[in-house]
Amino acid sequence: MTEVKTIIKEKLGKFGATREALMPILQAIVQEKNYLTEEDMVEVAEALDLSAADVYGTATFYTFLDIKPRGKYVIRVCKTISCHMSGKDEIIKTLQDTLKINVGETSADRKFTLLTANCMGWCHKGPVMLVNDEVYPELTPDKAIKIVQEYMAKE
Amino acid sequence: MENTKLHKVDLIFENDGTCATTVLDKVLSRKPEEIINDMIDSGLKGRGGAGFLTGLKWKFTRNETAEMKYIVCNADEGEPGTFKDREILDRVPEKVFTGMAIAGYAIGAKEGILYLRAEYNFLLPKLERVMNEFNKAIQDKKLDFSIDIRSGAGAYICGEESALFESIEGKRGEPRNKPPYPTVSGLFGKPTVINNVETLVYATMINKYGPERFKEFGTKDSRGSKVFSVSGDTPNAGIYELGLGMTVQEFVDEFGDGDTKAVQIGGASGMCVPRKKFKDTIIGYEGVPTGGSMMLFNSTRSMYNVLHDYLDFFAEESCGQCTPCRVGCQQLLKGIQAVKKGKQKPEYLETLKKLAETMKLSAKCGLGQSVPNPFISIVDNFKEEIIY
Repeated sequence: MTEVKTIIKEKLGKFGATREALMPILQAIVQEKNYLTEEDMVEVAEALDLSAADVYGTATFYTFLDIKPRGKYVIRVCKTISCHMSGKDEIIKTLQDTLKINVGETSADRKFTLLTANCMGWCHKGPVMLVNDEVYPELTPDKAIKIVQEYMAKE
Repeated sequence: MENTKLHKVDLIFENDGTCATTVLDKVLSRKPEEIINDMIDSGLKGRGGAGFLTGLKWKFTRNETAEMKYIVCNADEGEPGTFKDREILDRVPEKVFTGMAIAGYAIGAKEGILYLRAEYNFLLPKLERVMNEFNKAIQDKKLDFSIDIRSGAGAYICGEESALFESIEGKRGEPRNKPPYPTVSGLFGKPTVINNVETLVYATMINKYGPERFKEFGTKDSRGSKVFSVSGDTPNAGIYELGLGMTVQEFVDEFGDGDTKAVQIGGASGMCVPRKKFKDTIIGYEGVPTGGSMMLFNSTRSMYNVLHDYLDFFAEESCGQCTPCRVGCQQLLKGIQAVKKGKQKPEYLETLKKLAETMKLSAKCGLGQSVPNPFISIVDNFKEEIIY
């Protein structure tokens, strides 16, 4: 796992110790560790000479910059209108049953987090979900189970 | 059956085998002022939804004196029902980058930034590869311009131009007061042209074929063609490039399932057009403008559920900075729930409409100002469905 220090150093190399580096740093940490800890945010704040509250305030503005412990695979099911009309409720129910967690929860082994999200831009091919950055359109309950099982078999 | 009222166009995804960057040779052999005049002449309006004249935006920014100017490509597509920009970025990214370089040359900017919504991160590897090749190619053409990509992090509001700048600057994506407009003070306080993905591709195509070709389509107020994202109750969901200026009826004849009772034009922040108004409503600036989202609903759908979904969306995505929008979105949602449950009388909808009108006047940015569009158009046209 890449250390937060290394991430900060790399991004400062590209953007300089400016606030412009903040989002890329936070995004890279989430990419690596799936969420931001308080310690991470303090460390980033020091590196950019910002207050920790400022970093926290920025991070919490964005849905994809989680500050709660998240699983290795974060599943986001689109809940907006077209996906609603094409059956997202059934997909969510299937995922809850398969993963044995509710929306908003993380599995005990910290492998999966199940969330809902607003429109992801696949309205003609709903329902759709993201697993981290991977996108899975045109879901059926069977397809959703298969996809999750593949992730379960992974490390 | 071929619908003769719809003009199907093939400009955005056109593939004639030539590399988009060859357009740049033609562009660089002309003066920036000529490029801008062509853009104004074409009548192209911003394809993100707001519809400002692209050429004029470029002209204003060109006229500013500053040591640094920026071109920003708004790829934070997030309006429910819109997915055209994803398709464009996936299929013709070099046309997007070329449009950015043309804009850069026209206004005298050296840096371009494409802001990609986090939900489209899966496109990043491909976009970065094409971008790196592109940056090399324009260096060879001796154009002092380079492009970089920034990712969003899951916030609808960052599609609002000034919120997008804030986000690139490393801050909360909260919209700024306007004026000053981006053409004067945009990214990092510098004069900035911010254009939608589709707009930039049209800039490429207008420079390839000249403004006349673009003007063949559309009407006086709505020149050219536009990419539509069609979804909902339709057998033909997908992406279609069509000439502007058709009526909703013509659109429904082609895309409806025979039982269309309403079309939501322009996404959650757009207008709901009921069946009785299909014939008299033009899709374009003389009627209902759209960033491309066309969502069809048939008679099996409850318009209460549709409105509820939209309000739920806005209540979540409001940045919370200004009170009219933060509180307004929540209260509109609670309000229709109360009416539905009988906790409030049907007349309460009139009070809610007044609240919506207040949001239109007092919200700081386009998000809060456009919530009344779906709210009033759905409540007025489908009152029984909201109440009972």
